Amino acid sequence: MAKRTIIPFGPQHPVLPEPIHLDLVLEDEMVVEAIPSIGFVHRGLELLCKKKSFKDLIYVAERVCGICSFMHGMAFSQGIEKIMDVSVPDRALYLRVFWSEMSRIHSHILWLGLTADAIGFESLFCHCWRIREKILNIIEDTTGGRVIFGVCKVGGVRRDVDDDTFKRILGQLKEIESDYNNIVDVFRRDYTVKHRFSGVGVLPREDVCPLGAVGPVGRASGVSQDMRKLGYAAYNNLDFEPVTESAGDCYARCMVRIREVNLSFDLIRQAVEKIPDGPVDVKVKGLPEGEVFSRVEQPRGEVVYYLKGNGTKFLDRFRIRTPTFTHIAALVQMLAGCDLADVPVIVLSIDPCISCAER
Amino acid sequence: MSFIKKSPWMFHYDGSSCNGCDIEVLACLMPMYDIERFGVINTGNPKHSDILLITGSINRQNEDVVKTLYGQMGNPKVVIAIGTCAASGGIFAECYNILGGVNTTIPVDLYVPGCAARPEAIIDGVIQALDILEEKQKQRKKGKVTK
Repeated sequence: MAKRTIIPFGPQHPVLPEPIHLDLVLEDEMVVEAIPSIGFVHRGLELLCKKKSFKDLIYVAERVCGICSFMHGMAFSQGIEKIMDVSVPDRALYLRVFWSEMSRIHSHILWLGLTADAIGFESLFCHCWRIREKILNIIEDTTGGRVIFGVCKVGGVRRDVDDDTFKRILGQLKEIESDYNNIVDVFRRDYTVKHRFSGVGVLPREDVCPLGAVGPVGRASGVSQDMRKLGYAAYNNLDFEPVTESAGDCYARCMVRIREVNLSFDLIRQAVEKIPDGPVDVKVKGLPEGEVFSRVEQPRGEVVYYLKGNGTKFLDRFRIRTPTFTHIAALVQMLAGCDLADVPVIVLSIDPCISCAER
Repeated sequence: MSFIKKSPWMFHYDGSSCNGCDIEVLACLMPMYDIERFGVINTGNPKHSDILLITGSINRQNEDVVKTLYGQMGNPKVVIAIGTCAASGGIFAECYNILGGVNTTIPVDLYVPGCAARPEAIIDGVIQALDILEEKQKQRKKGKVTK
């Protein structure tokens, strides 16, 4: 048996925008075991429900994660609306779909860029982020914020988007999509990308459920699980099929995300076509009493909010289970038996969002 | 902004931010904002860098990490705290695991406000940091050693 060495990976590492620590146990160049230690971003925000009223708590929920902040706000307000039996106007539901698909596009393109950077493909990194800026411009145009939108609230949304703006946005999205398709052709065809991603970090289909992998990681292994199919917000009125691949390696996860961006463009077009007229919010009266599970499909997978109200303005319990947290178990299994040089690619292939995972 | 003689290198560490400021720091490096036109380059190694961009507040787990990273940087060095969390703890100030802003652990030279801080504000902060770095270098040459 070769001599075992332990290499620390993180918490500060050039490839990681966020801190996570892995102790990599090596035999020569092969990783035998990866031991994660987390908590570098742990804030303990779940306990803020004792200090901030449920209407203010949405700002905390949005700041669980800066990349998918809108989805967190939406999952939270959906939960409160369910407890309090508030019926949200249809226009607000469609606007929620619009903004969540916009943030899915921006998150996935961000991930594509970071992945290209992980294999040292810097020009591709810059091109991906160039396209992402155009998406952020549209988001800023409609919400006022670039990464934290602050546009979702209990009982609806804060801002409306008029028809002329929607028309203009659809025109812009058409250009962005053709630009995007040109760039992702590199991921589809380039020899280097294929060589680095194919057969790396394989997660077999039968391991997806036991390890709790969700979202694109599960879908890349052939498990067709998409929370949008639950029909929350206005998704039950939109026509789509979850994107799946079968190989379960890094390349499949990359392809799932690439195709999901196209799906999101399509969903935005459908939503804008079907959006009804009307108000965008209702007044919320009373206090939440009861408990609820709210499930939303984030760019990284399923996020579960458990909320428990006790009839006062402070919630009893505010619990979040985020996709990256469940993916850490899957990540540890993917890393066992890989090459040391493939570690950054595999870590990034789960789209780690550590601030989500540690809250 | 004065004409600088040296191209400072910067590196970025995520304290306990929500990612919002981090991706804005990365966005600064991209073609749209392109912070590299000011002679700054992003590096992953604290030992090579002159400017530390730190986002998010300090918690019990990362306190030692931040201290170590700060210690590994050579003098003179400038620390920029990015975002409201890095300044005071922000919305998370009341959380049980948060010790407060970055200045609770290491000395901070500049604060960039915003939640999330906009790329324009971050670029402005970095440019002001170039002046501070220049000043610190001059002081060192005169023999007055500053940190």
